[in-house]
Amino acid sequence: MADKKIKVIMAKPGLDGHDRGAKLLARILSESGMEVVYTGLRQTPDMIVNAALQEDADVVGLSSLSGVHNYFFPEVVKKLKEKGLNHVLVVGGGIIPEEDVPGLKKAGMAEIFGPGTSTGKIVEYIKTNVKAK
Amino acid sequence: MSDIDYAKGVLEGSPGAMARVMTWLENEDPRSMSVMREIYPHTGKAYIIGITGSPGAGKSTLTDKIAQHYRKLNLTVGIIALDPTSPFTGGAILGDRIRMSDLSLDPGVFIRSMATRGFMGGLSKYTSDVIKVMDASGKDIIIVETVGVGQDEVDVMNIADTTCVVCVPGLGDIIQSMKAGVMEIADVFIINKSDRAGADQIYSEIEYLVAITSDIKKRTWDPPIVKTIAVNDEGIDELIGAIKRHREQIEKDESLTEKRKKRIRQETLQIIHYELFRMLQEHILREGRLEDMVESIMNNSETPYSIMQKIVDDVIRFRK
Repeated sequence: MADKKIKVIMAKPGLDGHDRGAKLLARILSESGMEVVYTGLRQTPDMIVNAALQEDADVVGLSSLSGVHNYFFPEVVKKLKEKGLNHVLVVGGGIIPEEDVPGLKKAGMAEIFGPGTSTGKIVEYIKTNVKAK
Repeated sequence: MSDIDYAKGVLEGSPGAMARVMTWLENEDPRSMSVMREIYPHTGKAYIIGITGSPGAGKSTLTDKIAQHYRKLNLTVGIIALDPTSPFTGGAILGDRIRMSDLSLDPGVFIRSMATRGFMGGLSKYTSDVIKVMDASGKDIIIVETVGVGQDEVDVMNIADTTCVVCVPGLGDIIQSMKAGVMEIADVFIINKSDRAGADQIYSEIEYLVAITSDIKKRTWDPPIVKTIAVNDEGIDELIGAIKRHREQIEKDESLTEKRKKRIRQETLQIIHYELFRMLQEHILREGRLEDMVESIMNNSETPYSIMQKIVDDVIRFRK
């Protein structure tokens, strides 16, 4: 068999226009050997989930710097489950207050990587926790 | 789900089944083989359009607009959007979907991003198999958007029924690129970003190229040149019209049948080649023999050619 590549959807849900972090992370993940579908700005949860479905994604990475994470992140997790995509690792980053993290994880986010997280740690986490499909 | 269920899923157009089979194809997962055998008889209906051109020419935006026009005609569309794999890291950023936001929720459109994974020529090794999955699922039109190409990545001409080459004004002395390669494979030329300076000049240059080629070669189709401004959705109607006329021409003069036969010939040889080599490579790697071979070449007791001969003799002896 050929090398399996980890396929990641990198998305910014909602109207948040701060995309530097998402673009940087797309770069870093691809440099670690992953195939990153960068979907860009102004994605609705439906659009993100549809991309994950068509691309057979292993990971969905969500970025939010405008405070919308408590709405959008759980929405994406919910819609992924509705489409039967239970194996997808959903991770988030951006400006996420510490106190919101437990709620997000309870809603199904695998991990939240706040400001200052080392990118090496993010790569390691994904490579360790990605689920076989 | 058993493999047969995946084949059924593909034939029913289930995006989840299609997506998983495409992953299996890219990973050379043996589970894909029985699915491909099952769905193959249902292929051959889709019309395949190739979009190629240099990086930044606007291929993704054009693909998006072309797909939208076909959707208005009530046709379903499959899109394969290719991007290069890094030769250093093995990873890729697949950024073509970003231009196709309007299509991302349309159930009549299936978009798959693919990395080249080291394959040269503008496509991925698995592009024609992924095309077949989309074809078998019932897509009327399949658009293959290659990576940004230079002068001679022309593989797209083998998988497409109509190949569109996208040029943009102001890329320097285009006469240089007229010698051979990408400029030869066009069934339709597109001058995108045609509001930019130099659009008329590049139009004349391509017009000249088409004219002298017609003098030299006997052909039934002279590639038209269509000016577009894809971001503004301008010129797309003419482009669809040009593709339609090409399709009518090659269906009428049966060169489409010839093209597809040639494709089948190449693909069959290729598929046999890949599988035989895969089996052989697996065998060599499994027994650690490859490292031994490299050692023996390094210490001059063997050459790659003598090793090749031994393996071939082994295979022949085994077959007997």
